[in-house]
Amino acid sequence: MPLVFAGVCSHAPGIVGRAHMADPADRASCHAAFDDMRVEIEATKPDALIVIAAEHFANFFMNNMPAFAMAMTDHYEGPIEDEVWLGIRRHRIPGHADLALRLITRVLDEVDVAYAEEWKLDHGIMVPLHFLTPRYDLPIIAVNINCQGPPLTPLHRAHAFGRVLRRACDEVPERIALIGTGGISHWPATPISGRINEAFDREFLERWSANRRDELLAYRDEDTYRNAGQGGFEIRTFIAVSGATEGLAADVLYYRAIPTFSVGCTIGIVRGLEGYDAVPQAGGRRQG
Amino acid sequence: MSLYYLQKVLFQLNRDPGVRQRFDSDFAALLDEYELTEEEREALRKPDVGLLYVLGVNGQLLMHYAALCGMPWADYIEAMREGVCRHGPVRAGLYALPDPAP
Repeated sequence: MPLVFAGVCSHAPGIVGRAHMADPADRASCHAAFDDMRVEIEATKPDALIVIAAEHFANFFMNNMPAFAMAMTDHYEGPIEDEVWLGIRRHRIPGHADLALRLITRVLDEVDVAYAEEWKLDHGIMVPLHFLTPRYDLPIIAVNINCQGPPLTPLHRAHAFGRVLRRACDEVPERIALIGTGGISHWPATPISGRINEAFDREFLERWSANRRDELLAYRDEDTYRNAGQGGFEIRTFIAVSGATEGLAADVLYYRAIPTFSVGCTIGIVRGLEGYDAVPQAGGRRQG
Repeated sequence: MSLYYLQKVLFQLNRDPGVRQRFDSDFAALLDEYELTEEEREALRKPDVGLLYVLGVNGQLLMHYAALCGMPWADYIEAMREGVCRHGPVRAGLYALPDPAP
């Protein structure tokens, strides 16, 4: 059935792992925005949650780096990171191999996606799940777009992947929610970790929330690296969500540059999805 | 310079408890399985996180190695800064691209 939910959120490890070091108002507003997203996702009563993330060498390395990969497994283990460092305990997280098989089969008609029957979760998925499915009771289908090891997946291919993933979701009977996770500008794990280019982020979010395809695909990696750091390459996950929700605008519920978390923390929700029942919308805009 | 293998050691250390165990008990033999230069082996052995950064290791691998070696976050960031002061700019990999704008 038609997709019931689509949105984007940040996934920086500091959001949980360095929460105690943050300004209390930053921490509280950011975590509350994630909670608003959780409420909206739960209200759509999804059977599964697809998480399109930019992983950080949890499964894929330069020995065999897929441009796109989807998990086809009934369970995951995560996080791979140190539990104390990330602030998230290791869990076994449910997957949905049968649904993934059907989605992957459909996606393969148009995009050469790799599949993996074994998959470990890093902060790119664990941080969002920590807030969005805190009881780890919703089956997850993990998706990776290569934002780490150049040559990277081209932006227009990420968009095309989102489009076909959407068609695949529409053709199965399950109620599916979809999120993309990543940073906008950030320089994670480098000497200038904590730098955020708020102007770049706000410009990107304007293009993203209006779902202006041509403007989203106009970013060039050299410029993105210069203005938004290597973390900015993760815009691919947001662009895949745009591809999955073509023609629909989104609300940016929350944006706040929080250097302690090393990212401009973002929550965005796509409006007007056919499968999204009229549920009370939480919070409204929470600008930082 | 064999950045690929240097990063591969760290990738496998981060995700494989068996490799981590050998890192503690059988370090030299473990590293023999990778094509590493003497400088790279030394950087791993010390550990010299600053030099690993300059050699081009991706931070998404390096930050976990630093944590594994018991370095707090602030020390990790400082080690990279010091590394650039001592060894010069990053030589390879993602961060060898032109410097980000201030």
